[in-house]
Amino acid sequence: MNINMTLIGQTIAFAIFVWFCIKYVWPPISNALNERQKKIADGLDAASRATRDLELAQERAEQTLRESKEQASQILEQANKRSAQMIEEAREQARAEGERLMAGARSEIELEVNRAKEELRAQVSHLAIVGAERVLEASVDEKAHRELLDKLAAEL
Amino acid sequence: MAAGNEVSTTYYIQHHLQNLTFGHHPVNGWSLAHSAEEAVEMGFWAIHLDTMGWSIAMGLLFIWLFRKAGKAATTGVPGGLQNAVEMVVEFIENLTRSTFHGRNPHIAPLALTLFVWILFMNALKILPVDYGPVLFSKLGVDYMKIVPTTDVNATLGMALGVFGLILYYNFKVKGVGGFARELSLTPFNHWALIPFNLVLEIVSLLVKPFSLAMRLFGNMFAGEVIFILIAMLPFWAIWILDVPWAIFHILVVTLQAFIFTVLTVVYLSAAHEHH
Repeated sequence: MNINMTLIGQTIAFAIFVWFCIKYVWPPISNALNERQKKIADGLDAASRATRDLELAQERAEQTLRESKEQASQILEQANKRSAQMIEEAREQARAEGERLMAGARSEIELEVNRAKEELRAQVSHLAIVGAERVLEASVDEKAHRELLDKLAAEL
Repeated sequence: MAAGNEVSTTYYIQHHLQNLTFGHHPVNGWSLAHSAEEAVEMGFWAIHLDTMGWSIAMGLLFIWLFRKAGKAATTGVPGGLQNAVEMVVEFIENLTRSTFHGRNPHIAPLALTLFVWILFMNALKILPVDYGPVLFSKLGVDYMKIVPTTDVNATLGMALGVFGLILYYNFKVKGVGGFARELSLTPFNHWALIPFNLVLEIVSLLVKPFSLAMRLFGNMFAGEVIFILIAMLPFWAIWILDVPWAIFHILVVTLQAFIFTVLTVVYLSAAHEHH
């Protein structure tokens, strides 16, 4: 095997070939690799962002739920209080009304009694007068008197 | 061209196409062949040390490189090596998925190994043809053909490996009866045509490994011969033809590795299919 200029010639050719590869063959490959890398990075990024978003949404939903629960219980409590109050009020009103009615009835009864008394008095006086007239007209008869007085008393 | 020049030209070409052969010579016993004639005289019981060495080296390079990428792999954004390796793996995976219709988890790794290994072996061709022989002649080694795929022993060896897998999966998936039925009853499903079918199917089966081996070997060997012929131009003119031919071989190197892989997957897919 003799070494000659062929080796140099091949080295020149090889150098040109390598230069060609660096210049024209490598860039597209490198681009493809970079693009792939970028795509993966973007994908991972999007995935992690989505996860974070999901977490956030879940948190928000939970918070909303908690808030609404709280609100609901608050409303319920208020309603309970209000209803108790209303019942209390109604009871109070009823009692007042009853008392008022009772008072009215009592005063009416009293009025009625008074009127009766008045009437009675008027009749008694009338009877007394009638009795006296009869006593004075008729002779004083003890027997008749007694009878008269008994009648009077019965009439009272 | 003068007669002496012609002899040296022939010698140059033959020298570059001669493998480093170790084998049993009828006169010298077990030894390295010191000439093409000696290598021929060794007959079958000889081994091409350069083919073996370089193919194993390329295989180890593949294993080392991909293992390195695999061990350092992250689930995050892949870095340089991992990114490139992932791209190749993805490519082979897509190829297998679209071509292989059976259900076998070993096919994609097999295809990946074949593709990258053959690609690396073919890629040695891009190195100038004189580098190997000159470097090794300095080390006292007479012959050195560094591209294993320009040696029909290497390509046929791989193809026979594939052939073994074809037979294995045919028997495994279809059973002896199923395989026999396929050989005898396709393409013409009639008992009278069984002999005809048998001849046709066995020939097409046996041709598979040879077509694989010869296609790869032929392309690589022819390209190598052209490189050697170009190298015999005056040294200042070599690049004019050498550079375009090398650039063209970026395509050839990849394409041949790809074709070998695809055909292997197709053959194995056919081995998995019931008819």
